Amino acid sequence: MNAEAPVILQIKNLTKKFAAEGGKMLTACDNVTLNAYAGQTLGIIGESGCGKSTLVRTILQIHPASGGEVIFDGQDILKLRGEAARQNRRKIQMVFQDPAAAFNPKMKVKEIVCEPLLNFGLIKKSEVDTKAAELLRMVELPEDFKDRYPHNMSGGQRQRLGIARALSLEPKIVVCDEATSALDVSVQEKICELLVRLQKEKGITYLFICHDLGLVDLMCHQIAVMYLGNIVEYIGYGRRISTEGMHPYTKALMKSVFKVDFKPGEKIEPLESEIPSPLDLPKGCPFQSRCGQCMEICRSEKPELKEVVPGHFVACHLVNGNF
Amino acid sequence: MLLDVKNLDISYGSKLTVSGVNIQLDKGEILSIVGESGSGKTTVIRAVMGCLPGRGHVSGGSITFGGRDMLKNTREDWRKISGSEMSMIFQDSGNMINPIRRIGEQFTDYILAHAPQKSKAEAAEMAKDMLNKVRLPNPQNIMNSYPFELSGGMRQRVGIAMAMIFSPKLLLADEPTSALDVTTQAQIIRQIVDVRNEYNAAVILVTHNIGVASYVSNKLIVMKNGHVVESGGREIIENPQHAYTKELLAAVPVLGDKKYYER
Repeated sequence: MNAEAPVILQIKNLTKKFAAEGGKMLTACDNVTLNAYAGQTLGIIGESGCGKSTLVRTILQIHPASGGEVIFDGQDILKLRGEAARQNRRKIQMVFQDPAAAFNPKMKVKEIVCEPLLNFGLIKKSEVDTKAAELLRMVELPEDFKDRYPHNMSGGQRQRLGIARALSLEPKIVVCDEATSALDVSVQEKICELLVRLQKEKGITYLFICHDLGLVDLMCHQIAVMYLGNIVEYIGYGRRISTEGMHPYTKALMKSVFKVDFKPGEKIEPLESEIPSPLDLPKGCPFQSRCGQCMEICRSEKPELKEVVPGHFVACHLVNGNF
Repeated sequence: MLLDVKNLDISYGSKLTVSGVNIQLDKGEILSIVGESGSGKTTVIRAVMGCLPGRGHVSGGSITFGGRDMLKNTREDWRKISGSEMSMIFQDSGNMINPIRRIGEQFTDYILAHAPQKSKAEAAEMAKDMLNKVRLPNPQNIMNSYPFELSGGMRQRVGIAMAMIFSPKLLLADEPTSALDVTTQAQIIRQIVDVRNEYNAAVILVTHNIGVASYVSNKLIVMKNGHVVESGGREIIENPQHAYTKELLAAVPVLGDKKYYER
């Protein structure tokens, strides 16, 4: 989908179902196929409950997949077991949403950032101070923070600490699940600048989950839009969601954004109602119940993700011209 | 003038945390307070509501609401005022309701606490009516649910319904949409505007989403480190004067701007 960078992570037909009450199955991720490119950022957007967190959690093997493959380094990492799976975790790390809850409050900063290194036997206990200082420098925190506790730090500083810990093992891929949502805009901007600088220096790939569309647009090389566990649109490198988003859902999301420079009389038009229950997925298009342009075919046949413009995929009968 | 706050100073113990806040608000107006965390936005509306936590107290200035000096209120006065004349919605209304009791029981209890002359059945009817007004489908179902069974947006609507049941003159909203995604955020903000239109209530909205503030507000206050750095009408956003306001506006990610990695 993008010639400039090699594919680093291939998600193929990944499905995750949870058992629900009454023998029903809840489909959180439905046959998701996506690629992430080396040194670039793949954004995943969608409303709460659309399956974006489940998707990355399945990739990280926090819970097992129900089907599909995740190819990384030439192998399906979902099949790894035991020590091989543990070693693989070094290469894919995560930065969490709430920096206040992500750390053991009784551990000092240096213990927090060096714990992964000690776990993998990469440094000795005597090296903790030097290594901690180096990691703190990397995320632009003062070195003398290493003897502090996380509660003595601000939200932004704690998020830097979270990034330092995630990067301590020099991973290839870092998952940021709403990593900046708990922060103010000014702090958020600085954290994003830090993430981008580290990406350029180390060639890290980010999987960036966020519900701030503006931020995803500015941070990401590619954007996948999810709805009810399905990728409904994939916007490749060089295309802009703001002007070139095509799926009715993507457009509807865009209309819910509060712009700073509202012109008088300009109105937001949020999507009505809520995302339907993933327990009984409708036949046909997942978005049919909220789509203003729903047609006959949308109720009977599920649209496939098709390349509309090079590097730009949409799953919509209307856009794909199936009517 | 519905709410007149003059030169308000707030201290925790002997430490002055917020100083020199002025707010003039009339019926039907929406005021947004924006600023970074720790700037004192929440402290201000808590002082207005008379519910500063711990050792927090108003150490200077005045708060007048409907012609009445709010700093002279006794606990009993506050108990009568809060909920009926002014009320508050929180970041996650799920946190203010008891997780192990059904929404309906709590809502009717709340109504009966302020209107003891009503019967339980009347209170339940009132509650259902209000849930309907905030566009919650199937109110009886909501009344029978536990908080965890509702989505964040639905819980927030329940919070708004509870806050507006006695048509208060002033609604205080503390980051009411920060925990929500874009669609739900837009729905809830529209709901707050609807509530303002229907009851002609004044609203103070604490938010760090400048887009939201820009969309709904008649008046704005920008706070930093316990001080008001800029206040006024919408012109603050169109033509900011203070360096901090400019910085804050520049930090908002705008759809379609230059990408971070190209800067």
